[in-house]
Amino acid sequence: MVATALGLRAPRKLTARRSGRIAVRLFLYALVIAIFMVPLWSMVVTALSGGDPQLGQVYLAPHRLSLANFATAWHFGLGRGLLNSVIVEVFGLTLQVAVSAFAAYGLARKRFRGAALVMLLILATMMMPEEVIAIPLYLVLGKVGLLNSYGGLILPIVGWALPIYVLTGFMRRIPMELEEAARVDGASDLRIFLRVILPLSLPALGTCAVFGFLMIWDQYLLPLLIVQTPKMNTLTLLVTSLQASQEQGEGVRLAAAVVLMVPSVLVYLGLQRLFERGLLGGALKG
Amino acid sequence: MPSLPSSSAPVALREPRARGGDDAVVARTHRRIHRMNRLSPWLFLAPALAFFSIFKFWPSIWGVYLSFFHVRPYLGDEYIGFENFQRAFTDPDLRAAVGHTVLDAVVAVAGSMLVGFLLALLLEGPARHVRILRTAVFLPAVTAMVAIAELWGALLFPGRYGAVNSFLGDLGIGPQPFLSSPHSALWTVMLVQIWKAAPYDMVIFLAGLVGIDRQLYESAAIDGANGWQRLRAVTLPSLKPITTIVLTLGVIRGLRVFTEIYVLTGGGPGGATESVVTTMYKTTVVAGDAGYAAAVSTLLLIATVLLTCLLLWWRNRRENA
Repeated sequence: MVATALGLRAPRKLTARRSGRIAVRLFLYALVIAIFMVPLWSMVVTALSGGDPQLGQVYLAPHRLSLANFATAWHFGLGRGLLNSVIVEVFGLTLQVAVSAFAAYGLARKRFRGAALVMLLILATMMMPEEVIAIPLYLVLGKVGLLNSYGGLILPIVGWALPIYVLTGFMRRIPMELEEAARVDGASDLRIFLRVILPLSLPALGTCAVFGFLMIWDQYLLPLLIVQTPKMNTLTLLVTSLQASQEQGEGVRLAAAVVLMVPSVLVYLGLQRLFERGLLGGALKG
Repeated sequence: MPSLPSSSAPVALREPRARGGDDAVVARTHRRIHRMNRLSPWLFLAPALAFFSIFKFWPSIWGVYLSFFHVRPYLGDEYIGFENFQRAFTDPDLRAAVGHTVLDAVVAVAGSMLVGFLLALLLEGPARHVRILRTAVFLPAVTAMVAIAELWGALLFPGRYGAVNSFLGDLGIGPQPFLSSPHSALWTVMLVQIWKAAPYDMVIFLAGLVGIDRQLYESAAIDGANGWQRLRAVTLPSLKPITTIVLTLGVIRGLRVFTEIYVLTGGGPGGATESVVTTMYKTTVVAGDAGYAAAVSTLLLIATVLLTCLLLWWRNRRENA
């Protein structure tokens, strides 16, 4: 076994002391599972169960499996919320990654007067997250007529410093020779960006896409301010608008919350490696 | 995006030799290439700068400007000088909200780092079962805060039959009020925040642990150090820089807490969990006083900028020392 901070050292005979340690370890694993996994598990199971648990009660084991909770949530606008969130996600994420990649190319591969100032401005926006500027942003969006519209939900989340920062760092490390070779062949900047730099930056683009996905999917305060009619509800707004009622218990609300959770979990499980690399690379600085 | 002409030095070198003639044309081409060369980075940066200008800088500056006004829809804004700021500094509700926010930021961040560190120690290593556990434990961190808040809002139902309370009942502990009592609501919110953030901190600590030289552990072990001594002498000192940075960034980030509080308690009961941003939101949406909300958001922006600069200054000084 590899030496770790508290790790067991070289394999030894199974003495009483050692098996005691293993027992402690197993107990701690169980504790971790109970604390971090059981609540999520109970959410999924309760959402999928029929019957009517009292308020505050959840099932730990499936109970009369049924999709009734999802059907009820659908009746209250789950479908519309999901559609709106997907629309915001698709357009927002595409724009965010594209705009960031262009900016990163300019910053990483070009030397020009004012580059340091631009980088400083972009990093300064990290100190202006949605929550801090939410109220004036809401007023600005009102001024330009973007309240209660897809534009109002999508455009404010396009400019994000984190992916620009991550992509700039990544593109700087691509050898200049590759670019010069293309340039000798007469390729334009745009062509070099699209044909040489972007394909080489795919891992970093993936990382940015994962973080951008989660950032957009979790949006709450901005939609809360912008959306004024149920038709424009995003998934997060829909989930919080469902009230638990005596008849339905917690099932319906948790069903909507499960629909909100599943895409993020799938993205994470599917792209775990990209995600963890980003977490350790640029995300710390966010 | 307009197509960008080539801006290449090699072309500039080739052209005059190959054509061998018209100096004026060559000079014009040179100037054009030179201009495009200078313009090109700005064309690449233009979309990002446009989005930042409209949706970040304009609101930030606009917010500062509005702080000096009594904002009245349909009636026109009225300039009132520093009145909004004076009110902010004397408003007992805002003072309470700042208190909750700072307490919440410090406790939740410190708590999740502690739990994250313990998780990292427990789940460090390349073994398969540990890897699976790590992935599983990380799920709360990627799940949307709204979903997490809904889940815990249900589990922490204050009655005797609430999920957590009935579990506590099995352990012989009486039912807790959790979010329904002003004395425990903020602490309960912190527990939920720690639950969501600890796995995230775990990953950061795991990376820090991987970076520690294995030989240090082994030589410590040869010197007869037990697990606890190795932890204190090798692990903790190695993790100190990353800990300080993550902690400070977390606290700065914690100052803008909104979603979990708004969904779990709505700021209640009786304002016991009101944070700066929930106050701002309600001042705008419920009380319709956007000027005052803008003043509060300006102060929050100033606090964020000052704390961030302080962190950067401190980090620079450390790196240069």
